[in-house]
Amino acid sequence: MTIKILMPALSPTMEEGTLSKWLVNEGDSISSGDLIAEIETDKATMEVEAVDDGKIGQLLVSEGTEGVKVNTPIALLVDSSELPHATIKKIADKPYLEKEKIPTRPVNEKPVSIEANSSLITVREALRNAMAEEMRVDKSVFVMGEEVAEYQGAYKVTQGLLDEFGDKRVYDTPITEHGFAGIGIGAAFGNLKPIVEFMTFNFAMQAMDQIINSAAKTLYMSGGQMGCPIVFRGPNGAASRVAAQHSQCYASWYSHCPGLKVVSPWSSKDAKGLLKSAIRDPDPVIFLENEVMYGQSFSCPDDEDFILPIGKANIEQEGDDVTIIAFSIMVGKSIEASNLLKEKNINAEVINLRTLRPLDIDTIIDSVKKTNRVVTCEEGFPFSGIGAEISALITEKAFDWLDAPVKRVTGKDVPMPYAANLEKLALPQVEDIVNACAEVCYED
Amino acid sequence: MKKNVAKKMLTETKMNYDLNLLQDMYKKMLLIRRFEEKAGQLYGMGQIGGFCHLYIGQEAVVVGIQSAQIEGDSIVTSYRDHGHMLACDMDPKGVMAELTGRKDGYSKGKGGSMHMFSREKGFFGGHGIVAAQVPIGAGLAFSHKYNGTNNVSITYFGDGAANQGQVYESYNIASLWKLPVVFIIENNKYGMGTSVNRSSAGDNLADRGKAYGITSEIVDGMDILAVRESAIRAIEYCRSGKGPYILEMKTYRYRGHSMSDPAKYRTRDEVDKIRKTSDPIENIKSLLNKMGVEERTLKEIDTDIKSVIAEAATFAQDSPEPSENELFTDVTVN
Repeated sequence: MTIKILMPALSPTMEEGTLSKWLVNEGDSISSGDLIAEIETDKATMEVEAVDDGKIGQLLVSEGTEGVKVNTPIALLVDSSELPHATIKKIADKPYLEKEKIPTRPVNEKPVSIEANSSLITVREALRNAMAEEMRVDKSVFVMGEEVAEYQGAYKVTQGLLDEFGDKRVYDTPITEHGFAGIGIGAAFGNLKPIVEFMTFNFAMQAMDQIINSAAKTLYMSGGQMGCPIVFRGPNGAASRVAAQHSQCYASWYSHCPGLKVVSPWSSKDAKGLLKSAIRDPDPVIFLENEVMYGQSFSCPDDEDFILPIGKANIEQEGDDVTIIAFSIMVGKSIEASNLLKEKNINAEVINLRTLRPLDIDTIIDSVKKTNRVVTCEEGFPFSGIGAEISALITEKAFDWLDAPVKRVTGKDVPMPYAANLEKLALPQVEDIVNACAEVCYED
Repeated sequence: MKKNVAKKMLTETKMNYDLNLLQDMYKKMLLIRRFEEKAGQLYGMGQIGGFCHLYIGQEAVVVGIQSAQIEGDSIVTSYRDHGHMLACDMDPKGVMAELTGRKDGYSKGKGGSMHMFSREKGFFGGHGIVAAQVPIGAGLAFSHKYNGTNNVSITYFGDGAANQGQVYESYNIASLWKLPVVFIIENNKYGMGTSVNRSSAGDNLADRGKAYGITSEIVDGMDILAVRESAIRAIEYCRSGKGPYILEMKTYRYRGHSMSDPAKYRTRDEVDKIRKTSDPIENIKSLLNKMGVEERTLKEIDTDIKSVIAEAATFAQDSPEPSENELFTDVTVN
């Protein structure tokens, strides 16, 4: 009997990985629990254990192969009593996969054009570079959070920082969000510039009192004396299959509070330019990243002085029929939607908000005056959400320019379900944006 | 046993104290008491709004600790903060004007009794949420250590705050990272209306440091010399890089939790007894008497302080309300 050993999924969002090393050879006998391979994901390198007993009949994927999809057979296991691998080679579904035969990017994905003086880098690398560059020029900048140092970051965003800057600049904290957020705030009152990483913003709920009552309000309560130059950063929004307590967008929560600045990047360029601005900013900045975006690559300027201003939106795509307003992961979905809308002869303008507080309302209103129709997009809940605020502002400032009611595309008004089908239903999809745009344009 | 020996030695050496130092401490304690009495009076007249938490009875704690500090040390406390500000040499006029919500207050009238700050004097607030200042104090200690100074963070909190979770999160990190922070628990026996016995498990709040490997002491917070001696030990320990230290000050507040507290949770007798037998100001006053300071001199000090406070009260009532333009300033730096 032959058992296929499949490429395992090692995290909720993993779709593919690198088979970095085989720890067994063809013909070796193995038992359940033996280490058979090392697999590198975008988050970490992990060892894979055998589940069944038997003899390695054939290794189907060579060492160093990148982009091996989850559930691809990587080896065949035969009964120890069966013949050695030479005779069973023919039963393999696929020929031995060589490194060059596996595309490292999905074939259907549009190639990203690289701008001048830029490189194609992931959002994760852009964030890391932003921190490293600022830490090089400003000794008062330091990083603290859970697993940011020795573990290299739960999502590898802080990879290499400990090696470059040492343990006086990069601090692993215990799992005590309330405590370390408060310590970061105290350090900021003491004129340092902390970057506090929350493993995800779901856990920042533990620290909410310190963030709102201490970081956001103290400047005002002190008549301008006590600035708090701190960045709270980490993944926000829906992850994949982690259910209600680990999958939520907090954009509207923080944007509600005076005293905070709230930034949410989409691309690598956004991530680098905005994080650098956030670190230099004299106010507390909530920096909402997205786990699903970490591994995506975009063109990003190499210049160490490249920054993007806080409070300024970017028009990612010009159009004159409808304005789609989005931030973070929803920008990409909005661009996808706008491509599909072209088939319906609808030219959508896509605004990437980049900053939620202070909101760049001028860019929004200018666009509304051009298109007269608006769709807002966010992963968060609809009630009192970012879309609700934008809709109210447009009504107050550009009511006469509207040809249709503002339409909101949001996450559904339910805690995030675990089941794959329900999770998909709960999250805003490209199709929802397409439909909303068609609706405000009165098209079928 | 050890503690009793130390206390005995302290009593024996009391007479050796520098007279100027004792007089200064007496003046500061009296300044705080007279200030608080005036604040209570102004509150009754409707000149001070909202919450107002008076420090009367606890003066020896902050003045004793302050006497052991050096320039550059940082101080952070809760909302019962008037005494701490005066101990830091913040101007009574600015503090009182903040209580009345006027433009010349330390926060331009935008903070009030519970939220005042002076970077210049090393006073980092003035925090309204019970125990929120504890991780902030540990963070200030972090900044001292990060910058390589030999300054320490003096972080005050009450017995009520001692049951909040972030206190222990702070103990843990402060001990792990050897942060130069003296945690001072001002145990005045009541967290609002709930006695420490009804709210806090275990015998002493100081003992809770043991779980984190933090050295602690229990101190008679009504005896300013005991407070000062313990502060010298604690601060020296922190300055030398050994990590945090806990001082539990057994103290007492004479007034209610805030101005609107009828204090039905304790008897009048209890308060009177402590006032008569262990008042911190009377304690030092009788020591000064024994050291030969004349009653007339002490009377003059009191008169001078009363006039400083009267001036502050007048200033605080004459200062205009903040300009309406101030509503939208200081929300963010830029």
